Amino acid sequence: MDDNLGYLFAAFAVTWLAIAGYLLYIGQQVKGLRDEVRMLNEGDDSPGV
Amino acid sequence: MMQRKPANRSDMLVTGLGVLAVVVLTLGIFMAFVYAPTDRDQGDAQRIFYVHVPMAWLAYLAMGVVFIGSVGYMWKRSARMDRLARSSAELGFLFTTLVLITGSIWGRPIWNAWWQWEARLTTTLILWFIFIGYFMVRAYAGDAERGARYAAVLGIIGAIDVPIIHQSVKWWRTLHPEPIVLDTAGPNLPDSMLVTLLVCLAGFTLLYAFLMVLKMQIEWARDVLAERELTALLAPEGNQAERRTVATVSHKVSGAAED
Repeated sequence: MDDNLGYLFAAFAVTWLAIAGYLLYIGQQVKGLRDEVRMLNEGDDSPGV
Repeated sequence: MMQRKPANRSDMLVTGLGVLAVVVLTLGIFMAFVYAPTDRDQGDAQRIFYVHVPMAWLAYLAMGVVFIGSVGYMWKRSARMDRLARSSAELGFLFTTLVLITGSIWGRPIWNAWWQWEARLTTTLILWFIFIGYFMVRAYAGDAERGARYAAVLGIIGAIDVPIIHQSVKWWRTLHPEPIVLDTAGPNLPDSMLVTLLVCLAGFTLLYAFLMVLKMQIEWARDVLAERELTALLAPEGNQAERRTVATVSHKVSGAAED
């Protein structure tokens, strides 16, 4: 049953890589929203607006 | 330059859940590899159980929350309930994908097959397609309100699949084993395995809660910004209320990003 270690490693690796990937995706969403908010704030602060 | 704002309750909740999830999951992984005994029949492949079962639980939980959010939206037309449902649907898709992949990896050494068209696997695959359909109806409905309504109907109907998945091993002859924790006669596994599984279940449930709170904040900020842009289009001069909205979103988003 020693060769089953590869399957065990694969299952844990896929799980944690997918979760890490999702966290990165969420981080990108937050960054996009921050950029949008900054743009809106700059628009509000600019002269003549 | 963006200044650091004092943390509000929501930011503290995200941070607290995140830290707690990391601590409990670290303990769970340690127990899965060190504390839990090696299965006599399956060897080390059986340890996949400690991620596969929590993924299945989170897929059920996520669909349950989609159901609650969908019913709430259809009943009250509440944007908050719609955000709850769509945030949980995204996580449900992630965890259903993972339960299918980890199950397939586990099945290869034990059943000598990556996939079998048997009841448990097929009904879980149907759940995965329900989540995909949930996002497709939103994307192709035309307008956001109609998309939310169609998705809510799918969220309510799709939830019926969860008890079918759970009961499938009892209703049909399957390769997949029957439940050993939620067995009517009580848990049918050694205490050390049961405790390890419970710790992993707690850790992954905390991770789900952490991701849900974070995702709800993002969806809320998106909704407010979309509404603000619409208001700005209708009244280009802007007003104090709009500036307050941007300031509130700015605080929330910067808090979420910095934590």
